[in-house]
Amino acid sequence: MRIFAAIRPDDWNFPLLMHVFGAMILVGGLVAAVTALLLGWRRDSLWYSRLGFWTLLLVVFPAWWVMRIGAEWIYSKENFDEDNEPAWLGIGYSTAEPGLLLILIAIIVTGIGVRRLRRPDATTSALTRIGGVIATLLLIAYTIAVWAMTTKPD
Amino acid sequence: MSFYDWLLFFHVAAAFALVAALVVFWIIGIAARNVDRPSESLRFFRIARPANVLVIVGTLGTLIFGIWLAIDSDLYQVWDWWVLLAIALWVVSSATGQRGGQTYGEAQKLAAELDAAGRGDEPSQELAVRLQDRRAMWLNVVSSAAVLAILVIMIYKPGA
Repeated sequence: MRIFAAIRPDDWNFPLLMHVFGAMILVGGLVAAVTALLLGWRRDSLWYSRLGFWTLLLVVFPAWWVMRIGAEWIYSKENFDEDNEPAWLGIGYSTAEPGLLLILIAIIVTGIGVRRLRRPDATTSALTRIGGVIATLLLIAYTIAVWAMTTKPD
Repeated sequence: MSFYDWLLFFHVAAAFALVAALVVFWIIGIAARNVDRPSESLRFFRIARPANVLVIVGTLGTLIFGIWLAIDSDLYQVWDWWVLLAIALWVVSSATGQRGGQTYGEAQKLAAELDAAGRGDEPSQELAVRLQDRRAMWLNVVSSAAVLAILVIMIYKPGA
């Protein structure tokens, strides 16, 4: 697999670059969103939650699509046997597909939480905390996906 | 999993850490472009704390594990020109990133001093000038562009 990766055809490079670049921006956006949402648990909840929400919406969500489109593009070139796909590919799919759903849920609950935090009497929001937990789980899942994509376990 | 696989994972994980830190810095840079109050700028600097760790881990990890990989692998060598070009770009990225970061470090120090003096919610022209320093911004643009160029080189491996 290592030699195979080193001598992959040239026309696979751009889809791979797109996939890896999207994944890196996705992870970076999640680091920013998780940090902001977790900081908002203790202080300045509205300010930090708002930044976390916009980061999820404007960075994480678009980056997921760049990562996923790059993945599908390179998958279409590799001609895997559908009945005998490698385990690392399964790990990639199992984190990517539910990942989008979780990103959308995190955006929605954080957005509603931010709206509720705008009320004069609001100091904390359970919804923005749920958004923070989901974003943290996503960050852990994508770290595992990076391990699987890199080491390609059987 | 082989030793090479682990080296590759740590190399790639370090690259993810480095780019993640840069993404956090850019998010903060864009969101804080009009900030002039010490209290608000300190909120941004709190978000930057994990990224400050990630950028060190990523910068050192990519170089150390990258060179180790080249030594361990029979497919390419440390003196291959694409590896040397990546190392040269790593030096450019590290130097410009560190220099650009110094300006923001000074801004953080100033914001903390003003906040401690009870002037956290008063607009500060001196703080705004440091946070919107164009030279620091351009140094960060060069640093990020160099990292992107390294990523392209790592994928395409020209000449390998």
